[in-house]
Amino acid sequence: MLRLDRTTYDAIVAHAKQDHPVEACGVVAGAEGSDLPSRHVPMVNAAGSPTFYEFDSTELLALYKQMWANDEEPVVIYHSHTATEAYPSRTDIGLANEPGAHYVLVSTREHGNSEGPVEFRSYRIVDGDVTEEPVEILDQLTA
Amino acid sequence: MAIEVRIPTILRTYTGGEKSVGGGGDTLAALIDDLEANHPGIKDRLIEARDGRVDLRRFVNVYVNDEDVRFTGGLGTELSDGDQVVVLPAVAGG
Repeated sequence: MLRLDRTTYDAIVAHAKQDHPVEACGVVAGAEGSDLPSRHVPMVNAAGSPTFYEFDSTELLALYKQMWANDEEPVVIYHSHTATEAYPSRTDIGLANEPGAHYVLVSTREHGNSEGPVEFRSYRIVDGDVTEEPVEILDQLTA
Repeated sequence: MAIEVRIPTILRTYTGGEKSVGGGGDTLAALIDDLEANHPGIKDRLIEARDGRVDLRRFVNVYVNDEDVRFTGGLGTELSDGDQVVVLPAVAGG
């Protein structure tokens, strides 16, 4: 189960809509071992593509150094699909390297940059196995 | 020669769970060989044969003192005592 506060949820959805038709990506960091996603960090999609995303390598290092300094880990790793459903692609599965993270997929295929609902789904991806999990959006997250 | 190498979560199965390990070598290629001697299996997760030559895996980033080695000579990047090496898998997908 992924529990996420509404402010972070709204920020991820806004990021995905804003970058559509290019895939948006980012993380929500949280204290190591807490499973509490608390710090939203939108990332640059260095691929700038509607079918691929990759965190910029310099930003990736800066992000991890900051998380190490704060004793954080990537609790959520998200990206958008802009023309297909919010389900991990074969590439997503092959490149998933954080077995402890919730992999969130947002699909903007229906409304693009406009107002309107998006698909927002979360998965665990471990050793190539994908398991979908429920998403609960709360007004506030508590430990 | 002591070089600190930061190991990502996904590769800590090769380092007994250690977040960072020490290694030695004049170049990144030599350092990776040295890591392999102490942590068998890790080399194959870092490099691959591509277009007839050995190179870093496409979706593995290695930084020496905060510089992505793709811009400093790849596996030939020179190392000195006290350098800090960070290995990070790319965060990428389709």
